[in-house]
Amino acid sequence: MNRLESFADHAPTHPVPATTWWSRHQMRLVPWLFLSPALAMFLLYVIAPIFQSIAISFYDWDGLGAAKYIGLDNYRELLHDPDFFTALKNNVIWFFGFLLALPLGLGLALALNQQMFGIRLAKSLFFFPFVISQVVIGLVFSWFYDPSNGLLLHVLGWLGMDPVAVLSDENLVTYGIVVAGLYPQTAYCMILYLTGLNNLRPDLIEAARLEGAKGWTMLYHIVLPQLRPATFIAVVVTIIGSLRSFDMISIMTQGGPYGQSRVLAYYMYEQALSEYGYRMGYGTAIATVLFLLMLVYIVYVLFRVYQQEKESD
Amino acid sequence: MKQKHKHNLRKIALLSALLVASGWAISGDLVINTDASDPAPKAAFDALVKGFEKANPDVHVKVNTFDHEGYKTSIRNFLTAEAPDLANWYAGNRMAPFVNAGLFEDVSDVWAKEGLNESLKSAAASMTINGKKWGIPYTYYQWGVYYRKDIFAKLKIAEPKTWDDLIKACATLKANKVTPFAIGTKATWTTGGWFDYLDMRVNGYEFHMDLTSGKVPYTDARVQAVFDKWDQLTKPNYYLANHASYQWQEALPAFVKGDAAMYLMGNFAVAPMKEAGLKEDQLGFMQFPEITKGLPKAEDAPTDTLHIPAKAKNKVDAKRFLAYMAKPEVQTEMNGILGQLPVNKNATRPEDTYLKAGFNMLSNAYALGQFYDRDAPAEMAKAGMDGFQQYMLKPADRKAILERLEQVRQRVYK
Repeated sequence: MNRLESFADHAPTHPVPATTWWSRHQMRLVPWLFLSPALAMFLLYVIAPIFQSIAISFYDWDGLGAAKYIGLDNYRELLHDPDFFTALKNNVIWFFGFLLALPLGLGLALALNQQMFGIRLAKSLFFFPFVISQVVIGLVFSWFYDPSNGLLLHVLGWLGMDPVAVLSDENLVTYGIVVAGLYPQTAYCMILYLTGLNNLRPDLIEAARLEGAKGWTMLYHIVLPQLRPATFIAVVVTIIGSLRSFDMISIMTQGGPYGQSRVLAYYMYEQALSEYGYRMGYGTAIATVLFLLMLVYIVYVLFRVYQQEKESD
Repeated sequence: MKQKHKHNLRKIALLSALLVASGWAISGDLVINTDASDPAPKAAFDALVKGFEKANPDVHVKVNTFDHEGYKTSIRNFLTAEAPDLANWYAGNRMAPFVNAGLFEDVSDVWAKEGLNESLKSAAASMTINGKKWGIPYTYYQWGVYYRKDIFAKLKIAEPKTWDDLIKACATLKANKVTPFAIGTKATWTTGGWFDYLDMRVNGYEFHMDLTSGKVPYTDARVQAVFDKWDQLTKPNYYLANHASYQWQEALPAFVKGDAAMYLMGNFAVAPMKEAGLKEDQLGFMQFPEITKGLPKAEDAPTDTLHIPAKAKNKVDAKRFLAYMAKPEVQTEMNGILGQLPVNKNATRPEDTYLKAGFNMLSNAYALGQFYDRDAPAEMAKAGMDGFQQYMLKPADRKAILERLEQVRQRVYK
């Protein structure tokens, strides 16, 4: 009995150390186990296709027959392809044009941020464009621009100006589509800013008012800094929206007239997948360029998010 | 836990076995994929299938109908993966990518056995690649100039037979504030019809085929000659203003209202023209006028076809179906519903005024083109039609456009 007791005294006071490999690594492995289905899907459906399509861009392939390795020839051809540069230029127009949604959305949000009867209804009406499908907006805008009986024609007529066929003018067409794209995007930015405005700190505003701030000073120094999270989200969403602009172009012009309103995404679709597109290799080369352009931006966004998380920790 | 896992595995195995079994069950049937989704083509296909099933009660036909645009991309997937027993497509160079990739079955034996080389003679050339036949044509339709008889009569213009007549007619129309030609080039293919006709009338069918198969540079003097003629229409603004903003249907109102007097189109435009209120005494049809004197006249007549995919499971019944579809009485019935022309020369002539005119024109035609975007390979066609549209909007850019097309030609046909 005594001997047994003394033996027990020597026994460690903390729990018995785990002996199996599983129990030793359990804490570290379990999160990965839970993540693994999602990770597997992500690898299979997102990561792998990226490398696959980069690989295809080194081939001359019609999507059906045998593929022929041609090295960097597709990229060399891109360098001498005027259509590619037109598309790239249009992407830049989209990029900067779409950013107009931010000030427009902010302006609308400030105008609608009032306490009065029926303002909720007004807010939801202004948000309406974002709820309508892009395809419908594209259609409505192409009627608006219709050079034989569109609203624009009549408005210009009242102003005593000559009619303009926006969608068949190579210099105007991209701007015309961007305006149509801005219509829902502005509504979206407006909603983001409206929620931001709801969370303004009244004490700060009050204090600023006591200090004599009003108008632009108030907006620039007091309101805007507090809206920074909303602005960040709005910028991210808007820029992504501008880079994936496709549906509007497809509905309103199909890239025309003679390809002057194509963007990279649409040009890629046309080369690889459309009715006349049998150039998988060339299409994926365009996609790769688009991917690299987006990558720069995505890395920047991730970096910002990472920084913010570090700050809030 | 382990037990349950095993149980699940067994379930999955059973399920896949079932799937395989059902896959086998299909092989007794005949599966057809088609884009005949518009009312008339759908009705025509239904009639065709019903007739075939009645004549061959042992075969059960299953039709998968796709929408037009979706079909053009999904055909590439289903031909390589889960192939049906029959699929519809188009003649000429349009089927070349599938033929060259070995995705279509050679059906020369059906042609030989059923005597189709004789009865479908007008379409034989456009169904042949590498000396073999790759499908069976079931319908085609004519292209030509539809014009407003009433406007022509009012302005005392006779039906133009030559290029000079046509230009004179255009000038008279324009002077009376009527646009000579309606056209909508938002979808650029409509410009291909103009190029086809001008080239076939200026240089002839052989040259046009040489050009669309890449043997002649686009900077050639003979191509320039085509554009010289085209200049006579584009420079005085004889086409509908802002045509790049309209689809071909959206250009119809101008024609129906009498703002435009002529429309170079396929016969499918007659139905909407009539629906919009045009009567037969208002709507005339004429062959595209002669340009180079004495040159035999070729016409555009795009042909729709049915093919057996190389990976089809039930090729025996598929060939029976093709043989049935090639019969004159079957083609007569189908095209009666389609409002188009039967390819089989023993089929009954149509009653419709415009079809009758088309039938007579095509049976006397020197040769038949399939249309620019079917005769030229896809990539060339796309660049070409974009170029033609640009030319029609900015005739002054002609030189740059043709140089660009030549650049594309050198790459496409290497």
